[in-house]
Amino acid sequence: MRRALAPLLALMLLALPLAAQQSPPAPPPEQIVAGLSRDDVDITTSFDGSEIIIYGAIKRETRIPQGHPLDVIVAVEGPAQTLTVRHKERRLGIWINTSRVSIGSAPSFYVVATTRPLHLILTPAEDQRYRVSIPLAMRAFAGPMEVEDAVPYTEALMRLRQASGLYRQDDGAVRLAEQTLFRADVRLPANLVEGFYSTRIFLLRDGKVIDTFRAPIEVRKVGLERWLYRLALEQPFIYGIMSLTIAVAAGWGASAAFRLVKRP
Amino acid sequence: MQIYLPIAEVAVNALVLIGLGGIVGLMSGLFGVGGGFLITPLLFFIGIPPAIAVATGANQVVASSFSGVLAHVKRKTVDFRMGWVLLAGGLVGSSAGVLLFNMLSRLGQVDLVVQLCYVVFLGLIGAMMLQESLRALHRARRSGPIKPMRRHQHGWVHKWPLKMKFRASGLYISAIPVLLVGAAVGVLGALMGVGGGFIMVPAMIYLLGMPTKVVIGTSLFQITFLSAYTTLMHAVSSNTVDVMLAVLLIVGGVTGAQIGTHLGARLRAEQLRILLALLVLAVCGKLALDLFLRPDELYSITPGILR
Repeated sequence: MRRALAPLLALMLLALPLAAQQSPPAPPPEQIVAGLSRDDVDITTSFDGSEIIIYGAIKRETRIPQGHPLDVIVAVEGPAQTLTVRHKERRLGIWINTSRVSIGSAPSFYVVATTRPLHLILTPAEDQRYRVSIPLAMRAFAGPMEVEDAVPYTEALMRLRQASGLYRQDDGAVRLAEQTLFRADVRLPANLVEGFYSTRIFLLRDGKVIDTFRAPIEVRKVGLERWLYRLALEQPFIYGIMSLTIAVAAGWGASAAFRLVKRP
Repeated sequence: MQIYLPIAEVAVNALVLIGLGGIVGLMSGLFGVGGGFLITPLLFFIGIPPAIAVATGANQVVASSFSGVLAHVKRKTVDFRMGWVLLAGGLVGSSAGVLLFNMLSRLGQVDLVVQLCYVVFLGLIGAMMLQESLRALHRARRSGPIKPMRRHQHGWVHKWPLKMKFRASGLYISAIPVLLVGAAVGVLGALMGVGGGFIMVPAMIYLLGMPTKVVIGTSLFQITFLSAYTTLMHAVSSNTVDVMLAVLLIVGGVTGAQIGTHLGARLRAEQLRILLALLVLAVCGKLALDLFLRPDELYSITPGILR
């Protein structure tokens, strides 16, 4: 009897800490385990954009559930900015800015990569909750509203930002293999703003988010870029004098060089 | 060859910037204009934020004008006395212009005012210069050898008190109109984000009656100091001078300015003025079209919130 109980007891003891750890919120049956090819991007003088590979796997205790297919969304978001969107109208034959909408917080960069078209894999309610799609990534209006309908302004912001490559929706850019391994290559453009970028990964089934994962990417200026940037902000007078000295020296240098060329 | 600009926070092609600087430098050496009225719109076009384009343009103008001044000093075509008096007026005007600029940006219509200023002034000056220089060229051609320019036209301007002798210009006129021209150019320069050479040159020729020969060197002399002042003001008040961008523009600019100055010595004054007039009119036409034609995109984004 004792002999028969012993292994059972041992098993129970083993299971105890596991059960205690897992009991408060029931863990999702499928979880994201992910990594980034790099978690910092250095902006050097020759910086020409950067490629970040976001990869991972789905961890599960059970077998792959049948039915609704598994989908993955990867969203990379740059530091928020305040912006003003202005609208031109014709007055006395001239096109002038007549009205504006201030936007309190819009990401400086935003890319959404998905396994399949976004509207097929994410319900509007879940989109509202997690703010995944580009329109929802822009958050607040600021200042007094001068216009009745701000929608054309936010649409214009998205259109302009998409045209300049700062906002992107890449349907199908996330590759998912065997419902387990996924990978997304996210291209960061050259016109990046310094700051912390957030990476969010969503795991979905039936339009619902079943697990999320977050990781930061730090984008910062280094070397000469950093030194000049700091000097310009902290010692603007010295920076100004330095700019002028360079200008005058270059002007004199070119003049002297041409005299040398002309002489022989 | 992409290069990342630390203040503008954009990456641009370094060769494009050097080439752009070169073209503007050539204009600067050839015509005695700082080139601000060309460089600023061109920088907008390649995606540099406007505030940074204006401030950095001023810094570039310092280099190309200084290079041009040195070449003119060698040829003794700078009226220093005139330059200092113009500059005294210019600094006062520039400070007032910056105040006016800030007032207009609070009202939210600074872009429009700047554009209208460009169209009106470039149009007027371009048309005036073209007409005058075409007539001069016609006259010169008809009467064979080149007649010297009519100087010492004693107009109302010459009757004012506080007379000064400007030997290099061969003028004995009141300092008041000189100061006023300097101040007016300073105001417009600060308002339009340019050195003001394209206004200064015709003002010197037609208002003060200076000979074309010294006009260019003297204008460059004054512009060098005035845009140095503007650059410093921008760097201190709004941190909008991008030195990396400036260096690239300068490398092209100083080279262009030298070539322009030597080229200018070989061309006739009337021909130079026709070329400048056509250039001024072309820029004016482009800006006027932008104002009157329906733009492709009616919306625009500016950073920050205006209150």
